[in-house]
Amino acid sequence: MKIKVGASSCGIAAGANSLIEILESDYSNISTEITGCIGLCYLEPIIDIYDEDDNLFRHVKVTPNDLKEIIENPKSEKTLIKKEDEDILNRQTRIVTENYGYINPEKMEDYLNAGGYKAIGKCVKNLTPKDIIEEMKIAGLRGRGGAGFPTWFKWNAALNSKNEKKYIVCNADEGDPGAFMDRSVLEGDPHRLIEGMMIAGYAIEADEGIVYVRAEYPLAIKRLQKAINDARNYGLLGKNVFGIEGYNFDIRIKAGAGAFVCGEETALIASLEGERGMPRLKPPFPAQKGYLGLPTNINNVETLANVPWIINHGASKFASFGTETSKGAKLFALTGKVKKGGLVEIPMGMTLREVIFELGGGIKNDLEFKGVQMGGPSGGCLPKEMLDLPIDYESITKTGAIIGSGGMVVMDETNCMVNMAKFFLEFTCDESCGKCTYCRVGNKRMLEILTRITEGKGKLSDLDLLEELAIKVKEGSLCGLGQTAPNPILTTLKYFKDEYLEHIEEKKCVSGTCKDLIHYIINPEKCVGCTLCSRVCPVGAIDGKVKETHFINEDLCIKCGKCYDTCKFDAIYID
Amino acid sequence: MCCEDLKEEIEISEEQYLKIDEILNMYQDPEGNLISILQKIQSELNYIPKVVISYISEKTKIYESKIFGVVTFYSQFRMAPIGENLIMLCQGTACHVNGSEKIGETIKEYLNIDVGETTDDNLFTYTNVACLGCCSLAPVMMIGDKTYGNLTTDKVKEILKTIQKKN
Repeated sequence: MKIKVGASSCGIAAGANSLIEILESDYSNISTEITGCIGLCYLEPIIDIYDEDDNLFRHVKVTPNDLKEIIENPKSEKTLIKKEDEDILNRQTRIVTENYGYINPEKMEDYLNAGGYKAIGKCVKNLTPKDIIEEMKIAGLRGRGGAGFPTWFKWNAALNSKNEKKYIVCNADEGDPGAFMDRSVLEGDPHRLIEGMMIAGYAIEADEGIVYVRAEYPLAIKRLQKAINDARNYGLLGKNVFGIEGYNFDIRIKAGAGAFVCGEETALIASLEGERGMPRLKPPFPAQKGYLGLPTNINNVETLANVPWIINHGASKFASFGTETSKGAKLFALTGKVKKGGLVEIPMGMTLREVIFELGGGIKNDLEFKGVQMGGPSGGCLPKEMLDLPIDYESITKTGAIIGSGGMVVMDETNCMVNMAKFFLEFTCDESCGKCTYCRVGNKRMLEILTRITEGKGKLSDLDLLEELAIKVKEGSLCGLGQTAPNPILTTLKYFKDEYLEHIEEKKCVSGTCKDLIHYIINPEKCVGCTLCSRVCPVGAIDGKVKETHFINEDLCIKCGKCYDTCKFDAIYID
Repeated sequence: MCCEDLKEEIEISEEQYLKIDEILNMYQDPEGNLISILQKIQSELNYIPKVVISYISEKTKIYESKIFGVVTFYSQFRMAPIGENLIMLCQGTACHVNGSEKIGETIKEYLNIDVGETTDDNLFTYTNVACLGCCSLAPVMMIGDKTYGNLTTDKVKEILKTIQKKN
């Protein structure tokens, strides 16, 4: 018997470590390994038990009390994964995630046994840099970090930029709130990234790689560092790799220090150089003048993690997944008000409805679906009318949203779209580096307008002003941050204009989110006078005698919602 | 933030200066590695005191203004000390739609501090952070290096209470 415990950040947060501790102390005769997140985050902690005949029994939401039973009887139904949850995995196209759940990310031999480092071996033995770039072209691999730029084109530019010293940089500064695809790779299969970087390095003739990881991912940094050390000790990184005289390649990690704008190529380079992460004009592109002024190619984690698979299985196999212009599969972080939140790797072209309602199991508490935010603060909110849209670069971009790095945050009827637009703008205002006036000041002014709309002080003319400013900020900003910051506003204005009008004309927030526009009211027919609400009210705004109907004093109420949350008789409602 | 507003809370000891020297000596090109240097110093001292900025400048000949610029640009760096437990409440989208605001209110109310402040007993400092990447467990917070998910107002109070009791 052997046991594998899902131990990425999500699994650990759900309690995987305490399970591992018990397994290691009380069941030391059974081999226990950790493995990456299989993506069913809503079922964590997940334990895979392999019996003597190597049959897999996957147990979910396991608590320390369940361990004894499932080890004695792996078939125990209590925590065994349900067929419908298993199907979520079966419907995916697992390329980047193929090893999740199988290998121990901290053990290099696991990756080697799974066929790891064969792709780079094939490259150095049989392929020239030009051949590899041609493979990427046939595969149709496009940048998974947000812009969707063809990978082969960037590599080709970097290869043609002749210099003795070149760099390959991996952008692991996954800053989009609501996205964790890159973290899953770094924590679940770090050697795949190393191999991808080695191939990219070979293709552009670079001898040094740098991974720029955000500081918020301590576990990812730890696992990647271990993987780099192991690969170096094995002779896969360093000088004369594979024993080939003059073939040198090494990788180092640089930890970011918390700045969303550093996801932009030129800002990332500035940050690598120890500067404030401020973008600069392009051209010159990093392929000509990048890190330390030398030719540099920057790719996202997921992009690079696709590369070994393409070399191993062939470019045409990769291109057989997806649509005409968007090939392969893409990782999405499906979160928000969805029942089965987690990580999914789907072939491009699957519809939003399939992802949200079939893989994601629909909306929590069976509420009404309202919208889905694609592409984080640079993307947009799409309404239910667009649920049948295929997810590919072109279709999504046409709507005003973007695929982005793959964040998919689902919202239900209790979420206010004006508030969402404001939320994203607060984020971009905070994260704007301040270089361009439109981004620095324009976003701030838009935030002020949105704030007054959510406070019930908006005017109809504000909507025109918002739109005008949004377009100017897009046009007047140097980098992707400013150019895309107005997208959440523009898409909510386009698809959810009614909500803006309700806030402005009727001073109403139907979702009950905007505090200034809601009232808590006690329904006299339901109130039994239990006094609980008046006891939890922090400002003494609720009056009433025992067993008599209570009432809320509007002048004192601070709309904290405590009474609403506490009432056991559903007697308090929001108007 | 202005340099003048920052009060120095502690004196830097001889030993700590030696440690800073050691960190500075690790890099041949301190300017290009300024962020890594500051990260190491912060993990040593718990924050970047103003006098340390002057000290780094003196030793490396990097302008003080540049170091100050870098320290204030990146959210990881702080110029004031923090309490024993740093509460980092995730402000990601998934946490937002799942009610992280209420969790923040609860923390503030329970500990009687605002964002960025430290409790009088020096046990907690409360900050908001960008997405922690545990979106499926939203709302999420980290205290030290431990992540807590699926938070409710009651659960967060329970967690804080447990830490208080331990001390």
